Amino acid sequence: MSMLSTIAEMFGRTPAKKPDDSAYNEGARVLHEAKRGAEGKKERVAAIKAERDLHPSYKWRNRRWATIILVNALFVVSFSWDVQLIEGSLSASRVFGFHMADLNAALQVTLAFKEILINLVIGTVTVLLLWWLLGGRTFCSWVCPYHLLSEFAEKIHLRLAGMKMVRDYAMHRGTRTVLYIIFAGLAFGTGYTVFEAISPVGILSRAMIYGPGLALIWVVVLLAFEVFVTRRAWCRYMCPIGLTYGMVGITSPVHVTYNLEKCLHEGDCRAICLVPHVLEVTKKGFALREDTDIGADCTRCGMCVDICPTDSLTFDVKGLNKLL
Amino acid sequence: MSDANTHPKKKPVTVRQLRERRRILRSIGAGFGVVGAAMLGFFPVVKNWMERLRPPGALDEDKFLAACIKCGQCVQVCPVWAIKLGDLDEGFGVGVPYIDARSQACDFSCDAVQCVLACPTGALSHDVDVKEQVHMGVARLSRPKACLARLGKGVKGTARGDDFPGLHRYMEVDRWTPIPIADHPYDLDLCDLCERECPIEGAITIERDNFDLNDLRGTPVVFDKCVGCGMCEMICPVDPPAIVIDIRKRWEDV
Repeated sequence: MSMLSTIAEMFGRTPAKKPDDSAYNEGARVLHEAKRGAEGKKERVAAIKAERDLHPSYKWRNRRWATIILVNALFVVSFSWDVQLIEGSLSASRVFGFHMADLNAALQVTLAFKEILINLVIGTVTVLLLWWLLGGRTFCSWVCPYHLLSEFAEKIHLRLAGMKMVRDYAMHRGTRTVLYIIFAGLAFGTGYTVFEAISPVGILSRAMIYGPGLALIWVVVLLAFEVFVTRRAWCRYMCPIGLTYGMVGITSPVHVTYNLEKCLHEGDCRAICLVPHVLEVTKKGFALREDTDIGADCTRCGMCVDICPTDSLTFDVKGLNKLL
Repeated sequence: MSDANTHPKKKPVTVRQLRERRRILRSIGAGFGVVGAAMLGFFPVVKNWMERLRPPGALDEDKFLAACIKCGQCVQVCPVWAIKLGDLDEGFGVGVPYIDARSQACDFSCDAVQCVLACPTGALSHDVDVKEQVHMGVARLSRPKACLARLGKGVKGTARGDDFPGLHRYMEVDRWTPIPIADHPYDLDLCDLCERECPIEGAITIERDNFDLNDLRGTPVVFDKCVGCGMCEMICPVDPPAIVIDIRKRWEDV
């Protein structure tokens, strides 16, 4: 899987079909070959899954939830107790005096205002470097308060779907790219930061810090839509913020990496993933190499790492592993 | 050649294609929904439903809405909690700061326009260094018949009632900390609160209506020093206030 194709998939392209045998490298060819002939695989998968289900792991999920709550609580506490560690909200802040600006909000302001604002540039560069280091869409799953609410909505959706009361009306992932362009165009054309009026990140962050308001209605509408109509509709198919951070994370050193040798292709990772197209590589016969980095659209949430019964999916920091 | 070849029948649509079509339509529908919801924000702005008094240093309204990143850092630094953030009913003004002068005016107790310093984008223009350079609006005696000074009445007790939560820094009480207006009762034979509590020197004075020494009556007169902070609107003891801020008005327009 080349970097270009993961980028194209992030913008909405449907992932490629199963590759020809000729596309594999030597190691992958041998592994695929061996898996084809393997006997007793079903029993092995069942045994491994049973073992996992006895001791399910929530390591990354717990760490992640703790981080979302901690980061947002820092904003709230800094203001309400006047600690002044972090001033502002997720759209722009000062952290120990350092400017930080949400990349998408900064883009909206710059397009609408049509002037380069020096503090905003400083804040943008700081955040850009930070999230490049941390993995781009890491912002989504480790900081965004809407993501956490959306995870609960997803749980309800899946439970209702299990009872056949709702079903997941999937959408085209290109929707997000189109919306991104539309909102950038609207900001430039109208001179208003149109997207900020409905940004659930801004709305939620301000509601927590400065007190709730009517704007929360919009967040409730989104959550209801995700419960009753489309699973994770906002984060999966629509949110331009996710695309902004996705682009930042294209070359990030932090990513989830996939090992073909250990994998039994039972597909639990794809079932739990927010952006399952990034895990196409885990399908039987799809991996071109022994080890593959998961693509840019991955939010590094670690759900797949937790659920994988064979440890085929793990977190990896480029460069760091060599150092250690 | 058979008929079937000369008039090729349309291939029947497969279930898969049908699903794909529905998926695309659904995406377009949802996309329109999201953009439409965002564009609803136009109405309150274009119709100017709510004219808001903006914090010191705010750029012209359109530019201000564009430049403001809606982070609320200005809210956090204000010592009297004068700044509030707009809600859904303000359209593109969601998260944009404003001041409701009647309930809590900006009285410049921070001395150095802290909100301007806090603004990360310059939506509150960094050209403003001191309070005298601010232009938020201009005060106007909107209900002269209700004005206590014009009626020759005084103020005994608190200006706005004992449970009014508004704050003000009384230099003579505490140079550094604003206190509740409710904790600062007055005993005045003639109300001159707008002049007395105005933070800008020479912005407003009560001018005697006549030269009769037994007739105390006077009229508040606003001068071009007025920056429109709204302190007079907040402190005015009559309800609704006799003096209000004409938002965004400049002295040149008066």
